[in-house]
Amino acid sequence: MRNAWIRPHLAALRAVAVMTVLLGLVYPLVTTGVAQALFHGKANGSLIEKDGRTVGSALVGQSFEGHREYFQSRPSAAGDGYDMLSTAASNLGPEDVLDTPDRPSLLTQVCARSRAVGELEGVSGARPYCTGDGVGAVLKVFPDRAVSVNQACPARPFTDTYEGLTVECAEPGEDYAAGRTVPVRGDVRAVVPADAVTASGSGLDPHISVAYAELQAPRVAAERGLDLAGVRALIERHTTGRALGFMGEPAVNVLELNLALDTRP
Amino acid sequence: MGWIFILSLIVALGLVYRPLGDHMYRCYSGAKHTAVERGVYRLLGVRPDTEQRWGGYARALLAFSVVSVLFVYGMQRLQDKLLLSLGFDAVPDHIAWNTAISFVTNTNWQAYSGESTMGHLTQMAALAVQNFVSASAGMAVAIALVRGFARRGSDTIGNFWVDLVRGTLRILLPIAFVGALVLVAGGVVQNFTGPHSVETLVGGTQNLTGGPVAGQEVIKELGTNGGGFYNTNSAHPFENATAWTNWFEIFLILLIPICLTRTFGRMVGQVRQGHAILAVMSTLAIASVVLTNVFELAGDATVPQAVGAAMEGKDVRFGVANSATFAAATTLTSTGAVNSFHDSYTPFGGMMTLVNMMLGEVAPGGVGAGLYGMLILAVITVFVAGLMVGRTPEYLGKKIGAREIKLASLYFLVTPLLVLTGTAVAMGNAEGVKAMLNDGPHGFSEILYAFTSASNNNGSAFGGVTVNTPWYDVALGLCMVLGRFLPIIFVLALAGSLAAQKPVPESAGTLPTHRPQFVGLVVGVTVVLVALTFLPALALGPIAEGLL
Repeated sequence: MRNAWIRPHLAALRAVAVMTVLLGLVYPLVTTGVAQALFHGKANGSLIEKDGRTVGSALVGQSFEGHREYFQSRPSAAGDGYDMLSTAASNLGPEDVLDTPDRPSLLTQVCARSRAVGELEGVSGARPYCTGDGVGAVLKVFPDRAVSVNQACPARPFTDTYEGLTVECAEPGEDYAAGRTVPVRGDVRAVVPADAVTASGSGLDPHISVAYAELQAPRVAAERGLDLAGVRALIERHTTGRALGFMGEPAVNVLELNLALDTRP
Repeated sequence: MGWIFILSLIVALGLVYRPLGDHMYRCYSGAKHTAVERGVYRLLGVRPDTEQRWGGYARALLAFSVVSVLFVYGMQRLQDKLLLSLGFDAVPDHIAWNTAISFVTNTNWQAYSGESTMGHLTQMAALAVQNFVSASAGMAVAIALVRGFARRGSDTIGNFWVDLVRGTLRILLPIAFVGALVLVAGGVVQNFTGPHSVETLVGGTQNLTGGPVAGQEVIKELGTNGGGFYNTNSAHPFENATAWTNWFEIFLILLIPICLTRTFGRMVGQVRQGHAILAVMSTLAIASVVLTNVFELAGDATVPQAVGAAMEGKDVRFGVANSATFAAATTLTSTGAVNSFHDSYTPFGGMMTLVNMMLGEVAPGGVGAGLYGMLILAVITVFVAGLMVGRTPEYLGKKIGAREIKLASLYFLVTPLLVLTGTAVAMGNAEGVKAMLNDGPHGFSEILYAFTSASNNNGSAFGGVTVNTPWYDVALGLCMVLGRFLPIIFVLALAGSLAAQKPVPESAGTLPTHRPQFVGLVVGVTVVLVALTFLPALALGPIAEGLL
């Protein structure tokens, strides 16, 4: 009986050692060798050079925030944005609509981004479920009143009444948890595309949608004194269609597009 | 386009179904050993031609798993003293323990963030090795159970070491090697560089990370493991560079679990029995994939409606539809890799990922684990059908008597017990509740998801939950161990008792188990069992969120 328990453990010790050498050392080393020989550039991260120095990877997005002459990337939840040492998504839920003192709700983040993009591009930043001042349009409804909870006083509530009840602004520090949560859709249509107001899964999304690139084209053209048609042609050149016509979605690589703008004569 | 994407996956899997299924059949049934294998057996000190009873088979598997856990734990604790540590410290004890359990049990739950915790040597020599061998061990258990059905009056069910070595060397390693190169061709990195900073186009700093990623990525999908090299897993462009590598990774996830049904059919001498099992898996899987796509594309929740699409937590190159298909595939199997973040899915889209795991990951399930899980459900189904007509149930010529149905029932009860008790305990104490990122029903879903994922050895998460605390590392670690090894012991015991039986001749009262009627019955039993078990918990989480 003792043997029946000890012998397999001895075999197991040896098995772990053998497997570690084979699968943990030989396999990755051989794979790396062959990969480096066959696909050198890709195995090393599809690096992009400009004037002889590496400026990033074609696969990894970068932040262009504050630089009006460049196309902007999507919002990113990786560190302070596009941080490869702390990649992350927001992980906020689809009904995360109530701001707290700790953090704004996902809905308010979406509304605020939409408003900011609208201002940057000179278009309407309005969206369904968003107030004009760029927070989530959400009411807490009580029997005798309604409160626009994401609009702290003295802000003016996005609507004066809700089903006959007067809508108030939110007193900071007051607890509205007991009320019924009612997000209010409103009747606007969004101009700013979906990818411009959401954080990606990787936090490193190198792409934006064609619609978002088109939205930014007039601003970039004006900042650089280029004609719009030329910028649009560049967008088209850096748009990847669906692989084999049916995989994924058409996408514009932001870093490559911006590099192309820089190297344009 | 999303529908063509799904259809093309089905066609591709159909093309490789026979060749790979037959290859695996030959691999586990052949008597010959290759020269390399003989060398390995000599190093291990085992006699490959001596077969084991179920107890010996189970002891070998458990011994191998215990030693593996200790080794993976040790590597992480000593990481700072080893090569290629990238300057990272030793992994804290509770995270190292959780991670060791997680990779050995084929769960690959991650309480750590890859790019800031694990050095290259830990990734490739500790974690990736388990990606191979935990998968191979799962396949071995499935094959042992199939031998139980196939053999007559035998007291042995095979040799664990032979099954482990053959599954690794003849099936996983060749596919992984070719697959890794395919992924590199798509842009997945394979090098040994550490983080190095570059100046971005606008003068900022970005730390580009490297690593032997492709080799680990491919087995992560092929072995239905799911542990990402980087924190954002298969959403990270260095793990999943393009829309077509995304397709390829889904293909790898489904490849072995699907083709094992062919191997099963060949081993029991009736290919049509394998087809029936495949039909059950496909029915459930296609229904789930379609529903997940429908819910995500509809985007029926406040934030997706405000955005105009369920794009939060999804990358542009994949889009909503292909992300949803990946999410369904990864939870229908025991993979748990993610290319988009389930926490931000619509309430019902997110619920589908939970339901997929609650099905017991049988459609098609993890490598090996899916097949043995589905065969247990088939046993339960013939028992239920036998009760209806008042005859002794039998499956593949073997009587399902008191001992067999007890083992099958125990198997089925393990995961609901772990999931529901675990969630209840977490909700009942402050340590458990404070892990939530979101509040209300969605916060409950995060906890329920964590315990469902750990107990079913999936490893994906509603990622907002903060689980790198000692309390969660221990609780979820226990769920992973019990959720993996208790069912395996019951399956091997069942295999032993089936193998010892002499087959009973078919009679007029035998329920044919290859017809659509039986397929429908198994689907029905699966759905009813899962609905009865988990509906109340789902009602408090995603259903409440979606309807209120």
